[in-house]
Amino acid sequence: MNITQKVQKSLKKRYLKEKIFKSMGFISVAVAFLFLLILISDITIKALPAFVQTQIVLQVDLNEQDLGITQQSNVDEIRQVDFRRVIRAALKKQFPQVKKRKQKKDLYSLVSVGAEYQLRDLVLENREILGTTQKVTFIADDDVDALIKGVIDRNDEESGRRVKDFKLKLIETLEKNGQIEKNFNWQFFSSGDSREPELAGIKGAVLGSLYTLLVTLLMTFPVAVAAAIYLEEFAPKNRMVDFIEININNLAAVPSIVFGLLGLAVFINFFELPRSAPIVGGIVLSLMTLPTIIIASRSAIKAVPPSLREAALGLGASKMQTVFHHVFPAALPGILTGTIIGMAQALGETAPLLMIGMVAFIVDIPQSVTDPATVLPIQVYLWADSPERGFLEKTSAAILVLIAFLITMNAIAIYLRKKFEKKW
Amino acid sequence: MKNFKTLLTLSALVTSLSSLAAGRDYISIVGSSTVYPFATVVAERFGKSTNFKTPKIESTGTGGGMKLFCKGINVDTADITNASRRIKASEFAMCQKNGVKDIVEVLIGYDGIVVANAIKSHTFALTRKDLFLALAKEVPTGKDGELIANPNKKWSDVRKELPNVKIEVLGPPPTSGTRDAFVELAMEGGCKKFDWIKATKKSNKAKYKSICHTVREDGAYVEAGENDNLIIQKLQKNPDALGIFGFSFLDQNADVVKGATIDGGAPEFDTIADGYYPVSRPLFFYVKKAHVGKIPGMSEFLKEFTSEKAMGEEGYLTDKGLIPLDAGKFKTVQDAVINLKPLSL
Repeated sequence: MNITQKVQKSLKKRYLKEKIFKSMGFISVAVAFLFLLILISDITIKALPAFVQTQIVLQVDLNEQDLGITQQSNVDEIRQVDFRRVIRAALKKQFPQVKKRKQKKDLYSLVSVGAEYQLRDLVLENREILGTTQKVTFIADDDVDALIKGVIDRNDEESGRRVKDFKLKLIETLEKNGQIEKNFNWQFFSSGDSREPELAGIKGAVLGSLYTLLVTLLMTFPVAVAAAIYLEEFAPKNRMVDFIEININNLAAVPSIVFGLLGLAVFINFFELPRSAPIVGGIVLSLMTLPTIIIASRSAIKAVPPSLREAALGLGASKMQTVFHHVFPAALPGILTGTIIGMAQALGETAPLLMIGMVAFIVDIPQSVTDPATVLPIQVYLWADSPERGFLEKTSAAILVLIAFLITMNAIAIYLRKKFEKKW
Repeated sequence: MKNFKTLLTLSALVTSLSSLAAGRDYISIVGSSTVYPFATVVAERFGKSTNFKTPKIESTGTGGGMKLFCKGINVDTADITNASRRIKASEFAMCQKNGVKDIVEVLIGYDGIVVANAIKSHTFALTRKDLFLALAKEVPTGKDGELIANPNKKWSDVRKELPNVKIEVLGPPPTSGTRDAFVELAMEGGCKKFDWIKATKKSNKAKYKSICHTVREDGAYVEAGENDNLIIQKLQKNPDALGIFGFSFLDQNADVVKGATIDGGAPEFDTIADGYYPVSRPLFFYVKKAHVGKIPGMSEFLKEFTSEKAMGEEGYLTDKGLIPLDAGKFKTVQDAVINLKPLSL
């Protein structure tokens, strides 16, 4: 048997091996993709109801005398008014047969507790509606919402149903009159957290995440890039630098909760920065992302061909000019990719923020990096832990928003990389 | 290069901003995760109906809250801490040591801890003794002073009248206040029914505690994490299992789970309020008197929390599952808040 025959004999086996390897690779990718698909579709299906809001249309009589204000009243006077009375009067007018105390309670709980503030804001916006009768669309209570969306099954036995027969009849009357509407839930994107599922929104957490990441970016990017450039281009090769390198790699592997403890001890207890504020959250997360970005930036700088440096130096550029005019721009796409990966990691982090008080109930939307705020993953956690059933769909919706945030960041990274990328 | 400079200036700006944040214009509340769902409702309404900012509420657990609360008197520290048990003497001493002299105690109501299972499954009528015998690590034999590793595998082993199903109870982990309260109120309550164990309380308190408070670890008690919603979901999937959680979760999920009666008391609003249902605990919050008047909105917030509209019998907190105080106690609490009567232990 000569060599050619031998090779030909083994050829079949080798092709088979390759085929098996290729199909195994394909299966692994397919399985990973399948899991992702299951995850995303499960969350999306659960989240979809959260983007629809059930509303109740009522005819409210904004009688100036009853309310005790006029069109000329100032903001403070209007804020003092109990608008709940007007809404209750409207409900009572529509259902005059409701007399008993307990039944009245059922009737009044058809609309959300936020309805009175909704009406107040409407009046503050446009005082001319005072003294007239207006058709106003109020947010429905979470139980009504659940019933309309079918989360609560109306055919269940009364004993085991959250919405009892009496209330169900009221809702069905409203439904028949066409007073129940289902609209897109803008509230979810425009308001902060709430303990009422129908009023809760994601804006506070989105802005909290944004502020925190902004602080993180501003803190890490300059430091990490400077460190990477120094270590790659300027640092002498000695024991000391090796030691620093090893420690940067070690830092990347430190569990994130440790950074939270550090943040608590140093930034809050020693520097007395405010608790629960994005500024502290951002600094803590920047400690965590710093090594990631340094490592990514270093490999990006290392990947720039030495011929570029040599040419610049050969034409008389100083070391500094070589680095900042030629090496850094060439390495930028890689550095940006590393930065975004670091940021994405920071976006999903909760453990270190637990220690510095960002796991908190915060209604007001943060206006600056020093206001108390929470971030998206923490909002998911807080909602998942709430007893009200309506928060189930909100939790999934918040996860979707978090994923959308992440995809946007990655898209920016890809765009920037494509824009600055050079082929050698 | 230019971008680099702007970035540096921006980061300098951010750091300078932080030094401005000394004064605080919102109330800071920390403490128990059991009180959290009630305190947050009050805070939200307070923020919406007044010109004050909405208070910030952290859920740190009772012990963690006390630490933050007692850290000191300056404005950076928390103004109010929530607690699912009364302040301990050691915590009170820590407060005193750090200059937090005047603390106002406010009892807000009660919380029931329920043992529940899927609505279509067996109906359980338990006693505290049953719970102890089913869940303790070691149970007494017939002879005084003798303990054996818990041999009970089925509920019917505990007591003949109970259903013939495997003991499987999903409950919170030891870090949870609900678990502490369950162990203290239900298991210890049942444990005390054995006379010789009750007698050891006087002679050897540590032994007494270890007998009554140690939960079995052979798989019959499953630590299901702090998330009560998860326990409820698991109960629906597993009709033989029982779950332990707060009353508000039973109240919200009455269509899928039902509570077991304990010592004849069903877990309902009225039975918990009048103490007929035995596994309930008081809920408190503690106020730093020195901060009233210093932090805007403190006295108004206290007034809102202790108003009839919130804590009263028909108040909005009862809609969230808080068991209200009776009229007499309610009046005492309101008076204490108006006068800011400091606590002395």
